[in-house]
Amino acid sequence: MPGIVSYGAYIPYWRLQRSAITSALGSGGGRGTRSVASYDEDTTSMAVEAGRIALANAPQGYSPQNVWFSTATPAYIDKTNATAIHAALALPDGAGAFDVNGSVRSQVAALMGANAWGSQMAFVSDVRVGLPGGGDEANGGDAAAAICFGEGNVVCQDFGGASVTAEFLDRWREPGDQASKQWEERFGEYAYVPLAQEAFKRACAGANMSPDQFDHVIVSGLHGRAAKAVAKAIGVKPEAVADDLSTVIGNSGTAQAMVNLCDVLDRAQPGQTIALVLLADGCNVWLLRATDELLAFRARQTNTVAQQIANTRDDLAYASYLTWRGFLHREPPRRPEPDRPAAPPSLRRNQWKFGFFGSKDETGFVHLPPSRVSFGTGEIDHMEPIRMADVKATIATYTVDRLAFSLSPPVVAAVIDFDGGGRFQCELTDVDPNKVKIGDRVEMSFRRLFTQDGVHNYFWKARPIRGGA
Amino acid sequence: MASHGIRDKVAIIGMGCTNFGEHWDKSADDMLVESSSAALQNAGLKLDDVDAFWLGTMGSGLSGLTLSRPLKIQHKPVTHVENFCATGSEAFRNACYAVASGAYDVVMAIGVEKLKDSGYSGLVVASPADDGSALTVTAPASFSFLAPAYANKYGVDPAELKDVLTRIAWKNHRNGALNPRAQFKKEVSKETIACSPIIAGQLGIFDCSGVSDGSAAAIIVRAEDAHKYTKNPLYVKALSFVAGPADGPIDPSYDYTSFDEVVHSAVDAYKQAGITNPRAELAMAEVHDCFTPTELVLMEDLGFSERGYGWKDVLDGTFDLDGELPVNPDGGLKSFGHPIGASGLRMLFECWTQLRGEAGPRQIASIGQGKTKALTHNLGGAPGACVSFVSVVGSELD
Repeated sequence: MPGIVSYGAYIPYWRLQRSAITSALGSGGGRGTRSVASYDEDTTSMAVEAGRIALANAPQGYSPQNVWFSTATPAYIDKTNATAIHAALALPDGAGAFDVNGSVRSQVAALMGANAWGSQMAFVSDVRVGLPGGGDEANGGDAAAAICFGEGNVVCQDFGGASVTAEFLDRWREPGDQASKQWEERFGEYAYVPLAQEAFKRACAGANMSPDQFDHVIVSGLHGRAAKAVAKAIGVKPEAVADDLSTVIGNSGTAQAMVNLCDVLDRAQPGQTIALVLLADGCNVWLLRATDELLAFRARQTNTVAQQIANTRDDLAYASYLTWRGFLHREPPRRPEPDRPAAPPSLRRNQWKFGFFGSKDETGFVHLPPSRVSFGTGEIDHMEPIRMADVKATIATYTVDRLAFSLSPPVVAAVIDFDGGGRFQCELTDVDPNKVKIGDRVEMSFRRLFTQDGVHNYFWKARPIRGGA
Repeated sequence: MASHGIRDKVAIIGMGCTNFGEHWDKSADDMLVESSSAALQNAGLKLDDVDAFWLGTMGSGLSGLTLSRPLKIQHKPVTHVENFCATGSEAFRNACYAVASGAYDVVMAIGVEKLKDSGYSGLVVASPADDGSALTVTAPASFSFLAPAYANKYGVDPAELKDVLTRIAWKNHRNGALNPRAQFKKEVSKETIACSPIIAGQLGIFDCSGVSDGSAAAIIVRAEDAHKYTKNPLYVKALSFVAGPADGPIDPSYDYTSFDEVVHSAVDAYKQAGITNPRAELAMAEVHDCFTPTELVLMEDLGFSERGYGWKDVLDGTFDLDGELPVNPDGGLKSFGHPIGASGLRMLFECWTQLRGEAGPRQIASIGQGKTKALTHNLGGAPGACVSFVSVVGSELD
């Protein structure tokens, strides 16, 4: 019976002080911070980052047979987004990649699919946007999580759950709209609380548990008021209710439940039970138990939720936030906008563009981008592909370009030398232009460089290694 | 590698060069008409006397029609060449070979660029469709890699290096102030240069060459025919052009303090011209000062300074108009801007003017005292991935 064998959350580098909204608009905002996907991130790129963390923490040799991607804010419709995740994680072409998109609730299908058999991964990701000054802007958050399911080395096993479905109008958004709309807040509370009570009752009965036996309880949903009410209404111990991180990263919508589960698993003890209650167009309850394997997992784990939050910057300017989300159109530099990436070369080089594979010749020289002809020997097609996405590098030299086109100028570009060979020129991201220096250590990050003609240009940038090292 | 050169086989017998600047009132066609007419008049020829044409332009037109249409050239070979920022020099090089081969008697090399119609700052280059993975930084950013690398390698204090770069810009503007064809015809104080707004890395706006429109042209014949047209021809001593393997961005051993391509083309050109000590033998050099650190590094790559000592020579005034080896006596790209297809021929025009003693207030003294050779240098691309051109011309047959 499959269970969770690894997981990883991704919390973006930037956070916005809610008070910055209040200062600028005279209203809105509030206390604490919310996480913000950078100008070069979207739900797909953040899912890739979460997936890289989850796979790095997974048991040796783990490879998913399918990936399931769920978000309420997909980068593309018509075109599958999960295929970009699949490509960026360099998964074999035999592995499936599917979107289960459109609503927060769709994550349940992704998790059910991934948890059904064998080794599969579920990805959840969201970029929550609200109109300036509104509650969704202040209380939303951006994050992603990836959950690896498998048959061996299970760190967390589900032992039941329940689902109640209901059709009612609480929150909605037409395709193309930037922000969603919500019915009167008290109505959502009225609708959700009895649904959650019923679902939780059924889940407890099925598992032969009483509500107060759970060690950790996660209540998740975009309706914050309803989530708080449900936590009090389902009979669980108040101290078991997990911090939903909303004061630090905000409510990350489709990603919230799994990010919170990652955070709980980061500190849960073997044998402890976890109840996950998701309020989204009904209520889904998922009951989980941590296994002894969790300790072995933790020994090799990197990038816990708490570690990532500790390595963020919380001083993003509100004007930058508005610019990044498209609410503030700023004067561009007097430079041409970039061309959209072309489909045929992107297909021909998708191992490079998405998988970040270079080519290594017989002398060990690594060519980035991959080359058919060896620089040193001139040999043709005597190369083997080498994936560089997870290799760390050192800045050989760098510059700050104040003229180049960017949604977030200035562009910081660097020449980086990879550990063990390979040089590459690329953009730096999540970096302070005034602090970068020769010799700094960097790691690669999958990003959306820009969007032109509706085409998202995904590629890799380097960023200072999060948390030092 | 065989590189035999065509020393003293061909000669320049006439040149023309437009004023460089923001020519809102002139098209590329207008500038081609002006520079070609001036060159023909200078050589005492008519358009019909020219057998073939080589046109250098990177973005102001495609094909030979870009020249034949405005000049109404009647069914003659017109070759369009492009080689990044060395485009003008490349037109000249290929035109010289055509004469040396015996295929033609009289040819024209002409370069033009109309940059100021784009509406953008800096250069705009159309690229083929690609996968979107290439780093897209501006030219000042890619050349700004040089300065910190140089300071780091040779232990030059960053503040002192800033003085060196400032002095290069100051010197070139000082020369340009004496040149009526320059885009910027005035001296700029070191303080203004040093305090100019930062564009990329450590480069301020005065560390960058300007953006301008311009055109220049040369008429080339066999050396033995030169005196039919002029008393004072210039003989082509060396033409070298190399494209590097673009290894800088992929090879960790490249350290951003040199252009290997320039070193290779300089060695080749000196061999062709029989030059063993360029600093002593050359009367002047026109080099590709697209950004101030480029000129600094070029002093070493072209063999004018010892490795690691170029910055001292700059501070000592070695390359000033009255220095040991004047560099960019016409004001360089700093004063002229850089209309791509025209720049290489504009450099040659200064050699033409100086070696014939026609440079007026900026005439180099050593040319009247026995020095007869001048060098031009272009590079295109970026540190670690570029093309380089070096020519040597002289007023005497060896």
